[in-house]
Amino acid sequence: MLIIKKLTKYFAKNTPHETLALDDFNLRIKKGDFVTIIGSNGAGKSTLLNLIAGTLEQNKGEIKLSGEIISNQPEYQRARWIGRVFQNPLLGTAPYMTVEENLSLSIKRESRGLRLGTNRNLRKYFQEKLSELNLGLEDNITKKVGLLSGGQRQAMTMLMATMFKPKVLLLDEHTAALDPESSKKILKLTRDLVKERQGDLITLMVTHNMKQALDVGNRTVMMDRGHNIFDVQGEEREKITVDDLIKQFSLVGNRKDKYVEDRMVLI
Amino acid sequence: MSISLLLHALEQGLVFGIMVLGVFITYKILDFPDLTVEGSFPLGAGVAAKVIISGGDPLWGTVLAIIAGSFAGLITGLLHTKLKLTNLLSGILTMTLLYSLNLRIMGRPNIPLLGKITLLGEIKKYFPDLSMDYLIPFFFLFLVVVLKLVLDYFLSTEIGLTIIATGDNEQMIKSLGVNTDFTKIIGLCLSNALVGLSGALFAQYSGFADVNMGLGTVVSGLACVIIGISIIKAPTIFWRTIAVIVGSLIYRFLMIIALRYGYSFGFKPGDLKMISVLLVVIALSVPLIKHKLNFVERFNLGRKELQNNNGKEV
Repeated sequence: MLIIKKLTKYFAKNTPHETLALDDFNLRIKKGDFVTIIGSNGAGKSTLLNLIAGTLEQNKGEIKLSGEIISNQPEYQRARWIGRVFQNPLLGTAPYMTVEENLSLSIKRESRGLRLGTNRNLRKYFQEKLSELNLGLEDNITKKVGLLSGGQRQAMTMLMATMFKPKVLLLDEHTAALDPESSKKILKLTRDLVKERQGDLITLMVTHNMKQALDVGNRTVMMDRGHNIFDVQGEEREKITVDDLIKQFSLVGNRKDKYVEDRMVLI
Repeated sequence: MSISLLLHALEQGLVFGIMVLGVFITYKILDFPDLTVEGSFPLGAGVAAKVIISGGDPLWGTVLAIIAGSFAGLITGLLHTKLKLTNLLSGILTMTLLYSLNLRIMGRPNIPLLGKITLLGEIKKYFPDLSMDYLIPFFFLFLVVVLKLVLDYFLSTEIGLTIIATGDNEQMIKSLGVNTDFTKIIGLCLSNALVGLSGALFAQYSGFADVNMGLGTVVSGLACVIIGISIIKAPTIFWRTIAVIVGSLIYRFLMIIALRYGYSFGFKPGDLKMISVLLVVIALSVPLIKHKLNFVERFNLGRKELQNNNGKEV
């Protein structure tokens, strides 16, 4: 269970540029839930993920994971339970290191010591996992990651974010910067990898695409200016269409822009 | 060019090669231009010299120099990670601090070691038949090879890989559960420990320690790393550490030639640092100059990009 309680985050607090990115935000997510999060620019979606991962520090509120308060831990400690994939495919892997070195960095996330980073058993395990990606990477595990394509690197990041059996998986528009073909592949991979964990994982996926938000996962949250304005799951969610979401979006009180950004409805 | 001159270049290249391995760790692996080495090199020399003239065991003097060097790295690391100072400023502050500290340790600006038993003298006791002319290069070569192999191993361990990743993609390695403050500090300590050792050995080899002997260490270290890596282009750590040691040998060889034959071109010993700077600038700008000169390549590149854009828009 991931419990987010009264989470508040300001940027540039006490300056003329002060912005409220998250405003008393509450969310409870059960084990096994796959939540898609949508909202326009500045709604606070990425801020939410950054606060859960510990990249940013909240001004108020707390985050609990399986009963333990994690919101006061540094990012590197939370990484024991949290796998992340960023929008930019170059962010999730180290370009001057080899495929196997990257994988070995991600599989052990605490008490690293003076044992060799890779060994024969690990290599075999990596090759097995890589062959499931169907990208031919299993034959290139000593290749520098910088030589791979954006799609290949994002697939590797997906693998690195799930291989160590995390409790939480955070996906921040992780298909947005890819070409349509790679984007489709990564989305399929996401579904497969989440399915593999059989309800043992909490997944949060930020997306700007409303259709994708309804197609993937079992729960959808719509955010606007730091608030959770619409939260739907189960049977109710199955009946909902993109048009309903757009209507819901325009309902939000005193908006200057009554229109939805183009990219949110593009399929 | 006489044999003794060549041997001289070899010995210096190997002694300074230990320092170059240290610079390689910070500059190439951590991506941290560390100016601390200007202070930790004479610190190592000063500590070892002080122990030796006080009648201590030169081996202990050398070990203390290694510890002092890593302490210098620790100061820079703490300034950078805990007080959030920039990497250059942290190094400058530590370097300046070490100048005063070193004068305190040494008690005077220069300690001659002539006539004292140094580490090299101690080792000579075990090989009474071997002449000093051969013992010194063999000992230095042995030491450099051992240190290189230990460093190679360390960088392929779990911790070692996180240090490499810290220099390669810091945001990523943080999200993989690594405290990058820790990895940076470890890297800086290790680097400056090597530099301190190099300083201690150089003082014992050349027979003196001087507070000003660190002047230009950064530039010469960078020159060696850059020369080595541009000559031996290799992706693995194993070959890259070989490359920087080769770079160190080449650099010392060039310097000795400049010293020996420079007079005929009107060079003075004081010009050596200027020559090293020129070497660094040339070595670093070669790829850019090559790129600028290659108009054909540029033209083609431009067309390719145009095609790609068009392809996407359609």
